[in-house]
Amino acid sequence: MSTPHTLNQYPWWKYLLIGLVMLWGLIFALPNLFGEDPAVQISGARANIAIDAAFQEKVAALLDTDKLLHKRLELEGDRLLIRFADPEDQLKAADILKDRLGRDYIVALNLASSTPGFLRAMGLSPMYLGLDLRGGVHFLMQVDMDATIKQIEEGYVDEIRGRLRNDKIQYTSVGRAAGGGVQVEFKDSAERDKAMDLLHKDLPNLQQTEPGPSSLKLTLSEREIKEKRDFALQQNITTLRNRVNELGVAEPIIQQQGSDRIVVQLPGVQDTARAKEILGATATLEFRLADEENDWNQAASTGRPPINSRLYKDRHGRPVLLQKRVMLTGDAIVDASSGLDSQSGGPAVFITLDGKGAKRMDDATKDNIGKRMAVVFIENKTETKRVDGELKKTAYTVEEVINIATIRDRLGRRFQITGLDSTREARDLALLLRAGALVSPIEIIEERTIGPSAGKENIAQGFQAAFISFLVIGAFMTWRYKWFGMIANTALAANVVLIIAALSMLQATLTLPGIAGIVLTMGMAVDANVLIYERIREELRNGTSPQAAIHAGFHRAFDTILDSNMTTLIAAIMLFGFGTGPIKGFAVTLSIGIVTSMFTAVTGSRALVNLFYGGRKLQKLSV
Amino acid sequence: MWRFDFYNTKIDFMRWRKLAMGWSITVVLIALGSLLIQGMNLGLDFTGGTVIEVQYPQPVEIPKVREALATAGFGDAQTQHFGTSRDVLIRIPPREAQSNAAALSNSVLSALQSAEGGAGATLARAEFVGPQVGEELVEQGGLAALGALAGILVYVMFRFEWRLAVGTIAATVHDVVFTIGWFSLFQLDFDLTVLAAVLAVIGYSVNDTVVVLDRIRENFRKRRKGSTQEIMNLSINETLSRTTMTSFVTLLSVIVMYFFGGTVMHGFSIAMIVGIVVGTYSSIYIASATALYLGVSREDLLPRAKEAADESP
Repeated sequence: MSTPHTLNQYPWWKYLLIGLVMLWGLIFALPNLFGEDPAVQISGARANIAIDAAFQEKVAALLDTDKLLHKRLELEGDRLLIRFADPEDQLKAADILKDRLGRDYIVALNLASSTPGFLRAMGLSPMYLGLDLRGGVHFLMQVDMDATIKQIEEGYVDEIRGRLRNDKIQYTSVGRAAGGGVQVEFKDSAERDKAMDLLHKDLPNLQQTEPGPSSLKLTLSEREIKEKRDFALQQNITTLRNRVNELGVAEPIIQQQGSDRIVVQLPGVQDTARAKEILGATATLEFRLADEENDWNQAASTGRPPINSRLYKDRHGRPVLLQKRVMLTGDAIVDASSGLDSQSGGPAVFITLDGKGAKRMDDATKDNIGKRMAVVFIENKTETKRVDGELKKTAYTVEEVINIATIRDRLGRRFQITGLDSTREARDLALLLRAGALVSPIEIIEERTIGPSAGKENIAQGFQAAFISFLVIGAFMTWRYKWFGMIANTALAANVVLIIAALSMLQATLTLPGIAGIVLTMGMAVDANVLIYERIREELRNGTSPQAAIHAGFHRAFDTILDSNMTTLIAAIMLFGFGTGPIKGFAVTLSIGIVTSMFTAVTGSRALVNLFYGGRKLQKLSV
Repeated sequence: MWRFDFYNTKIDFMRWRKLAMGWSITVVLIALGSLLIQGMNLGLDFTGGTVIEVQYPQPVEIPKVREALATAGFGDAQTQHFGTSRDVLIRIPPREAQSNAAALSNSVLSALQSAEGGAGATLARAEFVGPQVGEELVEQGGLAALGALAGILVYVMFRFEWRLAVGTIAATVHDVVFTIGWFSLFQLDFDLTVLAAVLAVIGYSVNDTVVVLDRIRENFRKRRKGSTQEIMNLSINETLSRTTMTSFVTLLSVIVMYFFGGTVMHGFSIAMIVGIVVGTYSSIYIASATALYLGVSREDLLPRAKEAADESP
């Protein structure tokens, strides 16, 4: 064993290492000191709208003419940020700017970090606060994949029918099979074999089986199903992203979760009803010609429409008879915007089609000028019911004729729908159309709204609990372990700084349970010190010299500390794997806290103890 | 000065192990019985449904809120004050048509605002959880708990010895059942944060156990004399001070959280408080006593090389 003089002394590089780690911690934790400014964020509604210095001047002029108090304007890439001193100015400015700038720009409320520019330039930012701390809406949405596959199979039914007809292969029926797949019935097996050759060539993706002598079943391959599911999910995410942009939310989160779910988080949004109207409904459009030859009311009263027509209702419940043939579907729409019709002055939706859609529209309308065309708005909704304890999900569609108008001209790439009740309705319809028709029905399966005041209260209470907890633990440690207790408290403060630094660096979401995790790790971090100090006391009681007792205390307690922290870390990791949202926040802070506390409570406090006591002749220890 | 030390104690813990075991088994049976008969008062996260928290500018009476809700067609809603007399918590069970349930919070709020004395009421928090989400959570929560237990079992087996590992797990399961049983017995709201606390209890409860086990191992190696029972007693007495002290410090921070962390953290704090207290007791008693019943002996804890030498005739 070494002599007491060389005991408890760290080589210089260890102090340097600890110093560097703490410096790192302080720098990364620094941005959290500055707080946030209420701000208004302006970005372009479309890609071709420039947000540049000229625009900044225009906005500055607008603010000046309306005498809107603001701190400053900042141009950040493709967005303009206006900072305000208080939220009231912010709300007033946002309303006025929304009005003045029109619909080419998205004006959103935001909280902008007041971190100084030089820190931001270094890539430093404060902790990312979860919705429970900043207020906002959280949605969890589920894409109905069964419906997606069904739609795809129905598409194949049409396609197969067309191909068989083209090749003059005689079939008796084509339809979706009960258990999935497409089933075709033929007159005889010779016709079927011809069809098999043709479809094998034309549609090689489909797997063929023969359930009967004159029937053929075609199914999607596993790989294709997976591709289609992924595609449906991605398309939904893209669409949701577009729609969220329309809502004007500053820092939205739209993420895939699992194989068929999407998380949408909208900080600051309060009007959930409107958010849901726009996010939740999936709408498709169909353009159909009106049936001009038959009596609509008669068809409605008998309930039996003519063979080539379908009976619909308009929004007032009046019957509308439309041709079965669909002229065009919503997926051909490239853009839709609302505005005022130059002729009638009423609200209108302007629609732009893609090339293929434009050609079909042109073909369909050129011989039908003067006839009426209807737009059918199809909403896909899903509901989940509990039947005998089992969850049953049913998807249903609501079809409604939202507009019926006379075709005034050959319609091409651009045309307009008029006859809408209000500008707001025109705007919402255009919004849904522009975002693109969703291919798959989507259902909100979880929703959480936290008001902004509740968020602030949560932060205040969380920090209050953390602060008081720190004081109470600090007082207790000082009382029980004197100077060594003070060293433990210093290590504890360093631990909190490191946790905050790690959270800021990782940009992990801080939630209220996350703050609970920090409070809990504060209690657990001093556990390590308690273990060490109790061991030192025990060694002293056994008659060991002070220096040797310190050495033995740190040395012998280490295994115990490692073991006990490892087991908690195992639980925290399990929690992380299972957790969603706020709970994940708890798991993250707990894990980070355990790791940093190992460093501060063992290495950090050892360094301080060595610094104060190392290499000195000691008669007594203040422990 | 009184320093609540437990130094130089010579309590014969193992002598009372039968009593302790009997007590623990009784408590666990009561907890399981309560779980079977009463079940859990599961929170929104697990059952699905809607919870709405509304803040009024002035104190409001619950019957009036109920009346306003009933007229709006929410007769099945549960209403209670939450924190202050200005805050009201409304729970609405899962509805038949889910698409309507998702829009519920807005209609509830507008119904309250239009009722007498409701002007200026604001939505503080609204949560809607679909039934399928809840079912998954129960399943995943159970899996996470089992995963944590399995991970800890493997770790303790690797670091110590299988009998001690089994003892540790017995102690941990005891703590979890006790904590969950507490929530069942008193019908406290068991939500997602409480589940997180229970998982944290699993991790933390092992902390104290490991302290005792470490000392048992150390003493077995250091002392050549003494029966297993004596060594265990000695180890528990030697570590008593730090076992209680570490629990006490963590308990402090959790108690602070209960009083100052806001109502949202109440369930979490209670679960942690119960779990830590019970965890300290079980570390002292259940873990070592179980290992003793399983017949752990000095030879099992000696370093590997020596162990091999001892086994050779």
